[in-house]
Amino acid sequence: MDLNYTAEQIAFRKEVRSWLEQHVPARPLQSFDTKEGFEQHRQWEQTLAKGNWGMVTWPKEYGGRGCNLIEWLIFEEEYYRAQAPLRVNQNGIFLLGPTLMEYGTPEQKARFITKMASGEEMWAQGWSEPGAGSDMAAIRSKAIRDGDEYVINGQKVWSTRAVFADWVFCIFRTDPASDKHHGLSFIFVPLNAPGVTVRPIPQLNGLPGFAEIFFDDVRVPVANRLGNEGQGWNIAMSTAGFERGLMLRSPARFQETAKRLVALYREHRNDIVDLSIEDAVVKSFMDAEAYALATYQTASRLMSGGKIGPESSVNKIFWSELDQHMHETAMSILAARAELLPHSSAAGDVGTWLDGFLFAQSGPIYAGTNEIQRNIIAERMLGMPRK
Amino acid sequence: MDFTFTDDQLLFCKSVQEFLQQEVTPAAVRKSWELDTGRSDERWQQLVNLGVTAMLVPEQFGGLGMNELDFVLLAQACGQVALPEPLVETALVATPLLATLAQRDSRCASLLEKIATGERKIAIGHAANNLVCDAHVADFLLLPSGNQIHLVPRDQVKLVAQASVDPSRRLFAVEWSANDETCLVSGPEGVALLAATLNRGALGAAAQLIGLAEAMVQMTVKYTSDRHQFGKPIGSNQALKHHMANCAVKIEFAKPTLYRAAYTVSKRPVHADFAVSHAKVAAGEAALLAAKNSIQSHGAMGYTWECDLHIFMKRAWALDKFWGHAGFHKSRLHQWLMNPNAKIGADKTFGEQVA
Repeated sequence: MDLNYTAEQIAFRKEVRSWLEQHVPARPLQSFDTKEGFEQHRQWEQTLAKGNWGMVTWPKEYGGRGCNLIEWLIFEEEYYRAQAPLRVNQNGIFLLGPTLMEYGTPEQKARFITKMASGEEMWAQGWSEPGAGSDMAAIRSKAIRDGDEYVINGQKVWSTRAVFADWVFCIFRTDPASDKHHGLSFIFVPLNAPGVTVRPIPQLNGLPGFAEIFFDDVRVPVANRLGNEGQGWNIAMSTAGFERGLMLRSPARFQETAKRLVALYREHRNDIVDLSIEDAVVKSFMDAEAYALATYQTASRLMSGGKIGPESSVNKIFWSELDQHMHETAMSILAARAELLPHSSAAGDVGTWLDGFLFAQSGPIYAGTNEIQRNIIAERMLGMPRK
Repeated sequence: MDFTFTDDQLLFCKSVQEFLQQEVTPAAVRKSWELDTGRSDERWQQLVNLGVTAMLVPEQFGGLGMNELDFVLLAQACGQVALPEPLVETALVATPLLATLAQRDSRCASLLEKIATGERKIAIGHAANNLVCDAHVADFLLLPSGNQIHLVPRDQVKLVAQASVDPSRRLFAVEWSANDETCLVSGPEGVALLAATLNRGALGAAAQLIGLAEAMVQMTVKYTSDRHQFGKPIGSNQALKHHMANCAVKIEFAKPTLYRAAYTVSKRPVHADFAVSHAKVAAGEAALLAAKNSIQSHGAMGYTWECDLHIFMKRAWALDKFWGHAGFHKSRLHQWLMNPNAKIGADKTFGEQVA
């Protein structure tokens, strides 16, 4: 154990910091759930890609830097410290990208990864269906083989960023006689293909962050299938592992929120009469710190040859509930102003807290609800009986 | 940057852990309750033979010259079996204090040699704890008096036994008077050493609390898998699964704070207060939740003397308050964090590190 950064790691931090200081937009971008904001964020992805900062852990041939996980953590720390824009292409770069590298053919990697990394093509995720939420194996949308094509019919829902994205990666039932997690395949669909209808779903903040996607005799080439036919469930689970596990929510995000929360508390300290608030602030900070320590621990373990296991479920519960707790605490400090939209003249320093509070409500739901995660922990990590 | 234990550290821990799991069963713990001292001399000698009392004794005094980071996994393993003997306080708390003074004080040097060989036992008091554990079996007591630390032979003190809810714990009020002869250190140095001792004590308690929490979860998983109601194991019910999953989350996120604290105590002791308090609070919360959810999951059986759960539960309740209760450690965290000069932020998890 050595909790000191090496000289190279410190130099890397400096390089990241100086690049971000020169390139992070001076004014915050509009929300990526608006058309203009989406394009602003796409441009930012292109800026990152030009500097080879889009996905530092990726191999150099795909526009990355071949960084290890500790360097990735350093990059993330600097990224959030610099208040750089959120990653509009997170479905692509954090979820699909690593899966493509593991399961893609050389042609698929060449075709999809480069454009994903360059910000040219944005990705949405199409897994949930009206009848397949927590029970994802209940997927009914079908992709039936017809020569060199699949013919797709069905419906996906809660598809994040699909309103403005270019592609969606889906799981369809390719064997109509199959049930549960058998007979599913992982297939890419361009959202401008004939027969695709995208219906926006406004989220809590009123913006269309979700979409419902309808497929009506949509034809895609067989080459759009990732992995083998029928292997969709296993591939999806490996993507879910990345999502819950490490990449989706780096600790820096929560540490910077905790830091802002401490600053907010210090500013309002003299007006606060609820004694539990200071405790909540300190607890938030400690938990964000604990999450960072746990991630460094996992990263170190993975670098010396370990694999990520059910701890990804433990992580998901911890960060999502931490995020909720931090934003609840901020709302308590802001008190009666907490309900005000930031452009209201009386809103004062409400800033992004309300928006963050709304988003924090989704954390325990997306990427597998926390109830499902608790079942996974009990059964797979602790060995409690399934039935 | 590497947040893993070495293979040697893991291997050493594993061998001691295997010994503890085999020898310190709940039945063995219950047996020691029937002894006058509550302590097994034979078991202590076995631990000495494994080299664990010598781990933090410097090599020049016949020890292994290891540090707190090398020991922390063992302290966790002691918690996993609810070891009655005071190994953690001897090896992790008293020994490093004596080692700091051994260069200039021959009493400390010779005592260290004898701790390593098992010829002498030592108990340690601190203002954070009113009472002293295991004073009755110690040859010497390390006792604070204001800014002084004294080394007092047991025959020069009067011990008044205080019964704990945990039958394994043997606590004593110590009546004694300080004199120049027994004084090892005083003034600012004494204050600093007492502070360092508190951090080591809290580190050892935190490690044991995590071990206890793990043991309680393991017992409860087994019990709820075996016990059937309504024709199925009660552990198949989601409510009980979620009780245990919540414990697992607390435990898994307390561990890295513990290991960071052990590292900081051994490598950067001036920054240890924050790291230790974080670990003690997190470990205490994990252990208290494990106790609460475990007794609930055991039902009426968990409320009995017969069920082994209380061996672990009572130790957790006790250690959560020992070497600084949650209020003490939280207030240290509050003070640290509310200081306008506190260095916080995503880039400062391991302190400010610049080229």
